[in-house]
Amino acid sequence: MLKLWKKFPGQLKRLILIFLLFVAALMTARHFLIPHDYGQYGNYRGGSVHEIANLEVKYAGQIVCVDCHDDIAEIKFAGYHKNVACEVCHGPGAAHVEDSDIELTSPRGRDLCILCHEYLPSRPTGFPQIVSESHNRVKPCISCHDPHDPVPPEAPKECSACHGTIARTKSHSYHADVECVYCHQASPEHKVNPRENLPSKPKTRDFCGKCHAEDADVEFGIPRVDMDAHEKRYVCWQCHYPHLPEAGQ
Amino acid sequence: MMNNKIINNKINNKSLNTEKPEPIIDSAGCDSVRYDSEHNDAGCDAGRRNFVNCALASSALMMVPGMLGAGEEEKPDPNELVLGDGYRPKDHKWGMGIDISKCIGCGRCADACKSENDVPREPFYFRTWVERYRILENGEAVVDSPNGAIDSFDEDKLDERIIRSFFVPKLCNQCEHPPCVQVCPVGASYRVEDGVVLVDRDYCVGCSYCLQACPYGARFLHPETRTAEKCTFCYHRIVKGLVPACVEVCPTQARIFGEMEKKSSPIIRFMRMNNIGVLKHSLNTEPKVFYANLDKEVR
Repeated sequence: MLKLWKKFPGQLKRLILIFLLFVAALMTARHFLIPHDYGQYGNYRGGSVHEIANLEVKYAGQIVCVDCHDDIAEIKFAGYHKNVACEVCHGPGAAHVEDSDIELTSPRGRDLCILCHEYLPSRPTGFPQIVSESHNRVKPCISCHDPHDPVPPEAPKECSACHGTIARTKSHSYHADVECVYCHQASPEHKVNPRENLPSKPKTRDFCGKCHAEDADVEFGIPRVDMDAHEKRYVCWQCHYPHLPEAGQ
Repeated sequence: MMNNKIINNKINNKSLNTEKPEPIIDSAGCDSVRYDSEHNDAGCDAGRRNFVNCALASSALMMVPGMLGAGEEEKPDPNELVLGDGYRPKDHKWGMGIDISKCIGCGRCADACKSENDVPREPFYFRTWVERYRILENGEAVVDSPNGAIDSFDEDKLDERIIRSFFVPKLCNQCEHPPCVQVCPVGASYRVEDGVVLVDRDYCVGCSYCLQACPYGARFLHPETRTAEKCTFCYHRIVKGLVPACVEVCPTQARIFGEMEKKSSPIIRFMRMNNIGVLKHSLNTEPKVFYANLDKEVR
């Protein structure tokens, strides 16, 4: 070996030495720069999986909430919100589980409810939605609906709770004093499942004629038409919008 | 024809009892030839018995090493990853199911994700977000996601007629073949054995190659640490037996989470009962986020 080494020309010896020095420097640098646990489990730093796995949990999960608040849970699990986890409305609760002095928020306004229940055409059919602009605008939702057992209240007091646009239009029309139920008969179920229990609508000219026919037995001042002569081929609401009759005249 | 001939042969053999047995050829016409047992002599019978004995003995011998191995205690491998309370990633394989027809676009998932994972509150930093798709009459899709849907959506009318509209929650697809891991030059992005793709925050140099490699746009650069961030399926939760935060808070159960290879898992039922699609399947990334009732326009 030594003989072979002596045979090498001087410049090659120097080159080999420099090369070995270079490799040694590289190995030393690699040893200090690459973490020891790199490649322990795979082509990554082993410690990082443990770091990620040990991150703090913020959402405790509904099962934990139910442990203490079983009274509310019982109500909630029987209602429409049974699948809505507590922390959806009350926020992350892991800290509250550790230390009950840390209180969670209970939303009181309308902002949170309408995130889910505001009417959006993209929402799946059948999901309960309202137009918040016209749905009892100033009242917080919880004044009528219990969020833990959200059933539609006995009845929306007025039709305008849902049909606000029509109610507002009608309110400044000649028909302002005509009750909705005079023309539309709604069953009580309409307030629970509106789409499946549609209210009635007038079907014939004679219905309007009850007030507007020449021989109608109603108070003076209501415009009258000769039902036989006046555009007999059409029904009234093809030309007159009943919620705002003769607008602009 | 062939079958008839064989049957004829058989009948002949049995009825006539000829001295030399006729070979009976398999109906498939292959070259195996059997002889009717009635005509086998004793020697032939013994040979078969030998063969059966030998076969039994050899198969028993083959099982011996396996049986010996089963008796031994399993030695814990120092290089096997065990997290927390004995969570072994190799025993799990996680997947998420998302039912498009159930999503109401309330954005509670995106909100909970930000709280759980300390994602910056400003828009444009999301580990998960919800997109609204509106398919127009001409087949075009209008997609929007204001603030990741955290404040839900506005009605925001369009001029064109809309023929279909729905919400699509998006997140990291935890690909089986993740392009983001392939391109990482420092080994900061990696895939754990349970199929979850993670980012080593301390090791990431913030080159953002992975942001460009991800076909789903699921990664972002954290504005403070300048390192890549992405959905981890809430890894710190699933190792403790909890579900990811977005699944926990989804009010309509549009998100399902569970084991891909355990029959009791809710995702197995979800995948059996629904028409399942994945995003960009042509890229062969094998996503582990499965969408039910996915429209063809969703990408």
